[in-house]
Amino acid sequence: MKNNFFNIVFAAVLAILAVGNAPAAEVKLLNVSYDPTRELYKEFNPAFAKYWKAKKGDDVTVNQSHAGSGKQARAVLEGLEADVVTLALGYDVDQLYQKRKLIPENWQSLLPNNSSPYTSTIVLLVRKGNPLGIKDWNDIVKPGVSIVTPNPKTSGGARWNYLAAWSYALKHNNNDDAAAKDFVSKLYKNAAVLDTGARGSTTTFIEREIGDVLIAWENEAYLALKEFGPDKFEIITPSLSILAEPPIAVVEDIARKHGTTEVATEYLKYLYSKEGQEIIGKNFYRPTDPEIAAKYAKQFQPLELVKIDAFGGWDAAQKKHFSDEGVFDQIYGPGK
Amino acid sequence: MNAIPQPINPAKLVARQQVALQDADWVRWSLIAIAVSFISLFICLPLGLVIFQAFSKGVVAYWSALSQADTLAAINLTLLTALVTVPLNTVFGVTAAWAITRFDFKGKSLLTTLIDLPFSVSPVISGLIFVLLFGAEGWFGEWLMAHDVKIIFAVPGIILATLFITFPFVARQLIPLMQEMGTQEEEAALSLGAGGWKTFWAVTVPNIKWALLYGVLLCNARAMGEFGAVSVVSGHIRGLTNTLPLHVEVNYNDYNIVGAFASASILAALAVVTLILKSALEWKQGNR
Repeated sequence: MKNNFFNIVFAAVLAILAVGNAPAAEVKLLNVSYDPTRELYKEFNPAFAKYWKAKKGDDVTVNQSHAGSGKQARAVLEGLEADVVTLALGYDVDQLYQKRKLIPENWQSLLPNNSSPYTSTIVLLVRKGNPLGIKDWNDIVKPGVSIVTPNPKTSGGARWNYLAAWSYALKHNNNDDAAAKDFVSKLYKNAAVLDTGARGSTTTFIEREIGDVLIAWENEAYLALKEFGPDKFEIITPSLSILAEPPIAVVEDIARKHGTTEVATEYLKYLYSKEGQEIIGKNFYRPTDPEIAAKYAKQFQPLELVKIDAFGGWDAAQKKHFSDEGVFDQIYGPGK
Repeated sequence: MNAIPQPINPAKLVARQQVALQDADWVRWSLIAIAVSFISLFICLPLGLVIFQAFSKGVVAYWSALSQADTLAAINLTLLTALVTVPLNTVFGVTAAWAITRFDFKGKSLLTTLIDLPFSVSPVISGLIFVLLFGAEGWFGEWLMAHDVKIIFAVPGIILATLFITFPFVARQLIPLMQEMGTQEEEAALSLGAGGWKTFWAVTVPNIKWALLYGVLLCNARAMGEFGAVSVVSGHIRGLTNTLPLHVEVNYNDYNIVGAFASASILAALAVVTLILKSALEWKQGNR
């Protein structure tokens, strides 16, 4: 009886180890990404595998890890061996250079469009019929509106959300910083839940049915509409929002160690190909290829877009707004 | 109202007990009703909902969700984690209980407190401890990287975190029992000429076996179900470092409700099996 048990244990351990050691001809990549890109890479990875098989004859498996963008950057710094990172904003990728020199300093100039294969923006998602009559940012800071948005400390999307609201407030208050601070302070007073990642917020809003309005990635809002049907939610495109440029990079230090530099680089470049851009458009991101962008332009509402440069780039924005004791810490916390 | 303490009369105690057993019908029935409705509301209903959601798109969808490569990998990893941690913690638990109840030494109460530590520390902190130790920026990070040893965001980290979390279960079950048992039987065995091992196998083990099994069962349940600590050290790589509880969350966030609840149903089934075994053990213990 006892022997039998140990035999079973031993066999099970061996079986699991055997599964772990795949045949040699296979290439493995780990793409550490932010929260809402799950569906995008679920479609893109097999397309790349097919392309790579035809080009090089190798089988490539891309493993995925998804969580809030800031959390993912932290994980890579702490030793999560990502061959490529595809995060929500430049600051998070840049940390890989700043903190551990895992990528070169000029990482953002290594791929086209500041290493962003697509852009997106931030919109508002409300429940069907828009019961509170929300049309723009100023409607959601009114008292009594319950907002769902992730935590800017861990989520990239949340930081874009915050900066979009800030830009709107600046425009409508003659670029007065104090008024903008007051505006976002009211916004976060209305926040019902701060999840760690964008997808967590979406499920809070959609499946747990908390809140009147979700501040969401444009792609995330359109995906929710597609998944749950347009009879449940409405997308409100505000008059002004931020131009989000989620960047990508090969984590050169780790890829070199894994011997995957070439395939990792080609993987990211393939995002810029016609086929990659098509998949991007189909998943409600804004393609950067002009031809494909024109094809998918009609699925988005027009709006004024502010670039991150208006904040002096990500370093300045992060320092002013999201660092410890930054503006977000000043406006959000117990008793504020 | 000015009650004078009196020696308790045993006959009165029995009488009082009988009165308690003969409470008015409405008291008895309402107590039973409260207990039953509480259990159905907070245990049976959620459990039923898990099963209902898992099969909401039919048996075929349920099976296809369970037979996906990522789900199977999660089940494998969960089983592997339990297979490594439970035996280790069993050995440790018996050793620790033995040391604490059979010997007097300096720092004994400190050891007892330390064994309880994983119970009092939040699982998230337990996970972070390992990140701070073995992460790339942690104490041993540089050495580990230089030698290409992966602990965090890989299987060893998950096993370590689970080991830490499930550390007290066996020892905690054994210590009170062995304290109560005292050392006479073992002393008798020793004085009759039995060696240390023989005493342990022939005298101690038969006395503690039910409590030991119970501890192992609880340890196993927690090892398979742990979320917080494992979540911190896992890295959430699909098909590689997601255990079943993490896989449930991934599926839920993928809008894959059937997948999430199908995986949850496996965990629920494990819990039910544990409960049945636990009741069986208790019944056996009671009949001893």
